[in-house]
Amino acid sequence: MSGIFSIAVVTGILNTMMGLATPFLYAALGETFAQKSGVVNLGVDGIMLISAYAAFYVALISGNLWLGVLAAAIVGLGMGLIMSFVSVTLKAEQGVSGIGLYMFGLGMSSLLFKVTIGTVKTVVGFPQVKVPLLGDIPVIGPIFFRDSLPVYGAFLLVPIAWWVLERTTLGLKIKAVGQNPAAADSVGISVDGIRYFSVCLGAILAGLAGASLSISQLNLFQDNLTAGQGFIAVALVYFGGWSPFGVLAGALLFSVVNSFQLWMQVLGAKIPSSVAVMLPYLLTIAALTVTVNRVRQPAALNKPFERGES
Amino acid sequence: MSASADVHPLRESRFDWGRVVLNVFLPIAGVIVALLIGAIFLLLLKADPLAAYAAMARGAVGTTFGLTQTLVKATPLLLVGLGICIAFRANMINIGGEGQIIAGAIMATWFPLTFHSAPGWLLIPSTMLAGFMAGAMWGFVPGILKARLNVNEILSTVMMNAIALQLMNLLLQGPLMDPAAVKQGTFLAQSAQLPHQVWLARLVPRTLLHSGAIVALVFAGLVYLFLWRTTIGYAIRAVGLNPDASRYAGINVSTAQALSMTLAGGFAGLAGVVEVIGVQHRLLEGLTSGYGFTGIVAALLGGLHPLGLIPASILFGGLLVGADTMQRAVQVPSALITAILGLVVLFVSGAALWSRKWAARRMTFQHPESEKSSP
Repeated sequence: MSGIFSIAVVTGILNTMMGLATPFLYAALGETFAQKSGVVNLGVDGIMLISAYAAFYVALISGNLWLGVLAAAIVGLGMGLIMSFVSVTLKAEQGVSGIGLYMFGLGMSSLLFKVTIGTVKTVVGFPQVKVPLLGDIPVIGPIFFRDSLPVYGAFLLVPIAWWVLERTTLGLKIKAVGQNPAAADSVGISVDGIRYFSVCLGAILAGLAGASLSISQLNLFQDNLTAGQGFIAVALVYFGGWSPFGVLAGALLFSVVNSFQLWMQVLGAKIPSSVAVMLPYLLTIAALTVTVNRVRQPAALNKPFERGES
Repeated sequence: MSASADVHPLRESRFDWGRVVLNVFLPIAGVIVALLIGAIFLLLLKADPLAAYAAMARGAVGTTFGLTQTLVKATPLLLVGLGICIAFRANMINIGGEGQIIAGAIMATWFPLTFHSAPGWLLIPSTMLAGFMAGAMWGFVPGILKARLNVNEILSTVMMNAIALQLMNLLLQGPLMDPAAVKQGTFLAQSAQLPHQVWLARLVPRTLLHSGAIVALVFAGLVYLFLWRTTIGYAIRAVGLNPDASRYAGINVSTAQALSMTLAGGFAGLAGVVEVIGVQHRLLEGLTSGYGFTGIVAALLGGLHPLGLIPASILFGGLLVGADTMQRAVQVPSALITAILGLVVLFVSGAALWSRKWAARRMTFQHPESEKSSP
């Protein structure tokens, strides 16, 4: 037990954290776009499931991981269009339509998996790529610069999402639509158009989150592969106060706790695994309780827009 | 911003045929369209949709056993759905059914195993009460967090589901594990069998249909009376329709929100109880069978009305039973039914717009001043 807090173990815990945070980052950054435009997409977990299946199946039969990623993105887009149509055009209660999308994704991914693959198979996922020079720095290198491409992509997405939201006209429009759709509408911004775009972008990223699980992190597919990670991703958006860097902080915190419990299991610490698995969820509830950041919540979140209604 | 296809004004003074037709027609149309899309999936999977759906119908209602199985599965759906009706009426989106069922099931296992010498007439009601309260606790936490700290109840209930699942695993691998399994070294993750006097009576011999079905029906009537004939029920519905107006009218919004979630958890907990003492007679993994989610679908389809929920839960109970028969008959995985249920939710929540617009027009005609309050 004395070796638990050695440099090697701490490095290992933090490197595992990077991998575990990856699907959360894709999904939660995507959900940030959707929520900034005023739409809560609760179906993220369903999108992740069906995209994870699509990525795995395509990678399995084609042998090409990038085709798998493309398939996940396309399936994610399709799910995003369904969600936008029901929630934006038909103005459904978003919490309810999201549950519908979740159940659809859960059922379809299980159905297609059983029909097309059936048994547990594995693919060779994205390999670890060491960043030249940076990867050789002691401690820092093994933690941050020896990961697979999807992991780097997820972390690069954080500043990109921030830049789009805070420094571009598009970001301004997304925020305007989420904050005051009537005002945005009066200056000629298409509220529905921006919301379709944001929800679909979020869904494509949720698709990538699914792919990062099935062909980069776990390299397999099974029923309910995500085990509710999509719901946690939605929680992270609230936790992060609707800011990409807040989402990053939440994803890292959640993942480091998870990574810690995984390593404790590996090292044979006598903590029942159920208690350890429970920890991150308790943490999320606690975090939601203390960080209710209502000021930054988009004012029109969860509110369908209809012209002529104030 | 009500939780659903909520077209009910608070007072329903006279029977409104138009509203009933709309509330019955739209959900049924939603189910039919979802089944038609399911038929397309079946064609794509090279299965004959007619044969598949015929097998489904045969499995659900074709035999006495199938019919009783439909009612066995409808029972927890009805109980969970009653809770969903109460919560959604207060505009609290309760996704925590799964966790609340588990909380009730754990209690329904621990309680009779501990008080195993108590007579059945005492043990059965007290087990139900204990399980109800365990589920209620699991609903109270997200309820009070929403009411006092404005923590999003959708997210907290999802977290509570995960926590309950792990708690059950922990107990099944430890204190609640069947001593026989430990002695024999199989270490199956299930509890010991419950004492016989707590088993619910079978309504039809050689089937699994148990008296829990009657309990659920009685509670459906009671929840209807509670929501439409008591002051607290009125307050819950008022808070769901318009929290600000309710606050001005002197209703305690926080209490109504927390109470609705507590009751919702209680009824889901009771569903866990009847699964344990009515069907399984022990606690084991996979006990919830997704009833926490399917109960939401049933409640939506039943128009968030306890009496509409009764046919809706029988319909979905039948779909679940039929899906297994279909799987055997045409080799299409029963997961298809989960996808179809998802489509039903999407359609019903999408169709709420027309339902609302139509209701708003009628309300404008009847009470011009009430148009603004309708979402």
